[in-house]
Amino acid sequence: MKRIVLRRLLALVPLVWLVATLTFVVVQAAPGSYADTIDNPRLSPETRAQISARYGLDRPPLEQYLSWLGAVATGDLGTSFMYRQPVSTVLARALPPTILLAGAALLFDLVLGLVLAVMAARRPYGWVDRITSVLSLGLYGVPSFWLAGLLILVFSLLLGWFPASHMHSVDVARLSGLPRLADLLRHLVLPALCLGLVGAAGTARYLRATLLDVRSSRFMLAARARGIPEKRLLWVHALRPALLPVVTLFGLSLPILVSGSVVIETIFSWPGMGQVAYNAARARDIPLILGATLIGAVAVILSNLAADVLYAVVDPRARRPS
Amino acid sequence: MRPPRLLWGIAGIVVLFVACLVGGSMPSPVGEGDPVHAALLPPGTRVTVLDLADGRTLVSPAVELDNGEYLVHGRRLTTAIPTGDVVSTHDARLWLGSDRFGRDVLPRFLRGGRISLTIATLGAMVALFVGLGVGLAAATGGRLVDAVLMRTVDAVLAFPLLLLLILVSALFRPGPAMLVAVLGLTSWMGLARLVRGQVLSLRARSFIQAARVAGTRELRIWSLHYLPNLRAPLAQDTALRMGNLVLAEATLSFLGLGIPAGLPSWGAMIADGQRVMLDGWWLSLFPGLAITTLVVSLALIGDGLQQTGEASA
Repeated sequence: MKRIVLRRLLALVPLVWLVATLTFVVVQAAPGSYADTIDNPRLSPETRAQISARYGLDRPPLEQYLSWLGAVATGDLGTSFMYRQPVSTVLARALPPTILLAGAALLFDLVLGLVLAVMAARRPYGWVDRITSVLSLGLYGVPSFWLAGLLILVFSLLLGWFPASHMHSVDVARLSGLPRLADLLRHLVLPALCLGLVGAAGTARYLRATLLDVRSSRFMLAARARGIPEKRLLWVHALRPALLPVVTLFGLSLPILVSGSVVIETIFSWPGMGQVAYNAARARDIPLILGATLIGAVAVILSNLAADVLYAVVDPRARRPS
Repeated sequence: MRPPRLLWGIAGIVVLFVACLVGGSMPSPVGEGDPVHAALLPPGTRVTVLDLADGRTLVSPAVELDNGEYLVHGRRLTTAIPTGDVVSTHDARLWLGSDRFGRDVLPRFLRGGRISLTIATLGAMVALFVGLGVGLAAATGGRLVDAVLMRTVDAVLAFPLLLLLILVSALFRPGPAMLVAVLGLTSWMGLARLVRGQVLSLRARSFIQAARVAGTRELRIWSLHYLPNLRAPLAQDTALRMGNLVLAEATLSFLGLGIPAGLPSWGAMIADGQRVMLDGWWLSLFPGLAITTLVVSLALIGDGLQQTGEASA
């Protein structure tokens, strides 16, 4: 087990290098540079050239690439042009909100997906099953930004239950302790809902199929013969083996979550990684673009690894040496 | 028997494609629209169109004839036009309402759908060819080719797709053709893996080995055995991929990174509608429903193809 994890971690290094190189090539191939995006008509071409020189953008691409790679190898991601701060500082500030948002979305995804799937599997092809399957199929196709608009319209503009944007209220400085937490949670609900609902549809669809699969297996028949009540049969005996593939599904859904958070964070002005990456790309802030994609890729690769490890933890059969 | 899901999916796709391809080139009965008198009218509103002698067109849901003058009522102001200035009048219905510039939404909706559908279809084709090419090369090339190609696939897959799309679009500001290329080139990886895996597993199957032992030429084995067996998984994958591309294109357009501003697209229409959500809920509602219908139809087709594949296997 330990050796497998170690080997996977070692394989991570060339993979991250490949991702970083690909990003670098894409950024270099793009027309325009940071100096061109500064919106000031009085800026003379000479000044723009000076700005380029200051950030080392006039050097040959290969030289830029090698010096950047060397710095990254020592843990230095460079300095953001836009924020005039180390990239690591900018990312360290943006990471916690994104983790919070993604975590809440994932939790929502799992809970709602689980409840829908169990409800549907209780009586296959009954009316509950039909409604949930139509619902989850519909949610699968719903664009998240459109859903975000609908939720904002209903819950924030019409009902006024939840705020439509940002992570805190304007007067957050006056709050502390529980009220501050409540404020944060109120702001968290809508974006997490948007991000989680679409995933919940997939989880429900998938989990329902595996639940039905498990229900027809022989150990279920044996358990039923022992007189175990139907409810316990479903929630305990069938659910545990049915949950196994969901672990893998979650590892796979992280890239989607990261992508989705770019859109959702932009809509809800959530100060996280997605917004940083989006703004960095628009401003051609090369060190920040590279840093953000690097972190995103590492997160995705690590989550796939975590899903595999977790799978071995919850499924004793996968632990056996093959 | 074909599974009903497949039929539902095909029905949805056919309706959307026919409506958008045929209706997308039809002119609006209200011309360019009227920002003063016809802004933000709800769906189904009946309007009167007045063509004036000086070439202008006025559109309003409330027009009265009063003392030899047309009183054209708008939301905020009323314009009086002498009867002599009006060349012709006719009635029209705004089936999907009008936007804040007083434009008829239905033709824009159909034209946007045509653009979105075209881009997603072509993008899926690009992904199909690149994925097929890379997958076949990896499966049939040497060990080194296989390793290099598959590690590249791993690296690109480690990238969150939409993040990559947003990055590339923000950096390159693509036109429609470029957008097709970007969408295609960022979504072929799953297909390459699928093709490689299928070819490798088919190669080990006895009927292909039998054909090889019987001395069948390689080209004939491909056209007779590999390709027919690849068709079903490829079709299923392409259906799902097209759905993803529709969503991706809509997301890019929504963020203002998709096709150039001015051309209608469903994503951009949703973004536009959300700016005036309280005054015009219909503006973002219908494009969103259309995208959902399209993606769900494609998913149904994918599911259905899988069921048919399992039934015949």
